[in-house]
Amino acid sequence: MAISTSTPVTRAAPAGRVPAKRRDDTRLAILFIAPALIGFLVFMVWPTLRGIYLSFTKFNLLTPPTWTGLDNYIRMAQDPVFWNALKVTVYYVVVNIAVQTAVALVIAVMMQRLTRRTWLRGIVLTPYLVSNVVAALVFLWVLDYQLGIANHVISWLGLDRIAFLSDSTWVIPTIALINVWRHVGYTALLIFAGLQTIPETVYEAARVDGASEITMFRRITIPLLRPIIALVLIITVVGSFQVFDTVAITTRGGPVDSSRVLQYYIYDMAFGRFQFGYASAMSVALLIILVVITFVQYRLTRAESSDLA
Amino acid sequence: MATIATTAVPVVPKRRFTFGRTAAWAFMILVIFLSLFPFYWMLRTALSSNNALYAGSDSLLPVQFSWGGFARVFGLQTGQEAIDAGGAGQPIQFWHYLLNSVIVSSLVTGGQVFFSAMAAYAFARLQWRHREKVFAFFLAGLMIPAIFTLLPNFVLIKQLGLVDTLLGIALPTMLMTPFAVFFLRQFFLGISREVEEAALVEGASKVRVFFRLILPMSSAPLATLAILTYITSWNDYFWPLMVSYTDRSRVLTVALGVFKSQTPQTGPDWSGLMAATLVAALPMLLLFCFFAKRIVNSIGFSGIK
Repeated sequence: MAISTSTPVTRAAPAGRVPAKRRDDTRLAILFIAPALIGFLVFMVWPTLRGIYLSFTKFNLLTPPTWTGLDNYIRMAQDPVFWNALKVTVYYVVVNIAVQTAVALVIAVMMQRLTRRTWLRGIVLTPYLVSNVVAALVFLWVLDYQLGIANHVISWLGLDRIAFLSDSTWVIPTIALINVWRHVGYTALLIFAGLQTIPETVYEAARVDGASEITMFRRITIPLLRPIIALVLIITVVGSFQVFDTVAITTRGGPVDSSRVLQYYIYDMAFGRFQFGYASAMSVALLIILVVITFVQYRLTRAESSDLA
Repeated sequence: MATIATTAVPVVPKRRFTFGRTAAWAFMILVIFLSLFPFYWMLRTALSSNNALYAGSDSLLPVQFSWGGFARVFGLQTGQEAIDAGGAGQPIQFWHYLLNSVIVSSLVTGGQVFFSAMAAYAFARLQWRHREKVFAFFLAGLMIPAIFTLLPNFVLIKQLGLVDTLLGIALPTMLMTPFAVFFLRQFFLGISREVEEAALVEGASKVRVFFRLILPMSSAPLATLAILTYITSWNDYFWPLMVSYTDRSRVLTVALGVFKSQTPQTGPDWSGLMAATLVAALPMLLLFCFFAKRIVNSIGFSGIK
């Protein structure tokens, strides 16, 4: 930002207020920015406004939407399936984020302290390269009640088999862990990148003072990493709330409604029952939740301030 | 794995607590195992014959080695053969879906990177009124979760008559994402102005400077962005699921979902399913083999902060 504004000012100053021939590029800029601006307006701004508008209407896609005021929101407040979906989603996010962040932090610190070789980071990132659909299908097979290798291992250990994806108590933690498998490497690499900003001299000084690895982790790594973890949390929590693919492939919301997360309910409402108005109202609710969470997290973790600075 | 591990240790200065280091390596080896095991399991299952899988489901090696799973994926078995082997009997037009995925991901990647680069250049180097205001407006777009725009965008794509077309799948992310514009603008700002000024003094136009100087000089960040965009687009499921109805526009992720729902409910064709997931994942895994270093090192906060 500083570079872009300071240079033209100093160059333009001797010429007075009259812009030099090449100084004003408005016409070229319009040309350069047009495709992106059209994309932005048509596929981001307009849909956002339209989504908010549709949430106040009754709309089945075939006939034009009719204004119904707050009806959809009143229905939402009284819809037990919506509240259950919200509860299930929050449960999913808590399990998903807690496990993912903790494991990713440990992986990142170990990569930092043991070896920084690229091959190790490459292996850890591999699951991220496949789609959610692939991850869901593989684990559907690995976790199968009768034939899945996970249940064979469990019975070899002398324990009872677990119906991971068809038992209402196990289904959400299971889906949460499938997505941890896919995303933990990515999260670990984000934290790892943050670790590179901590000067090695801090650790050397601590080691001279006789600090152990555990003490250094608690007293140096965690406090200095806080702003990075805050950013990681904001990104991953917002992503986690949008869980859909894994549910759609493995359980379709079942058993009963025990894995009917919000996004799946919205999809079902729109494309299963063609109630686009009500689905839009729930999308607005999700949007508001995400904005509030981002804001609160940002304030709570003071993401803008770094102890290093 | 262990041999590579021990050769890697001397890179870091020796520590006192060898017990702690052993435990740490044990943990890392567990992480490596858990990361890679599902891939092995896909391969092991895909190379088994499906009917034998039920009796030999606890075998760690392929049960009754067979290429049948792959044959069903590529449509090389007749319908009756496939049903006898436990498959769905309907041929999967794998090559067709693969082509669809390649077209969609290429359209999205090519368009998004190029148009975002043009916009980023306008924001970084061109002089025009309201530049900072328009840029702030773009940045605000980062706040809108992608999921929120999907439903209204579907309505729009339907009105444009692009439902069930590859262009309809690609269009919303083909012109820009706020992140791509932001990411590239950061790099363009960092490029030295001197070369650019020299070219301008010699009479080159700014368009020429953009194509002949800025783009070649930014090939590394452009490639990184392109690879990440390609992977994201390739793996996308929700949006293509909404837009495509028939084989005409079905991409691999959606086809996998359909394949899963077509397989017999009692006694699914696991060997065919795993063969399909494996070949669907393979292009990205190959891409990763070639660009592992670039991808791994690109993940960080350079573009976000």
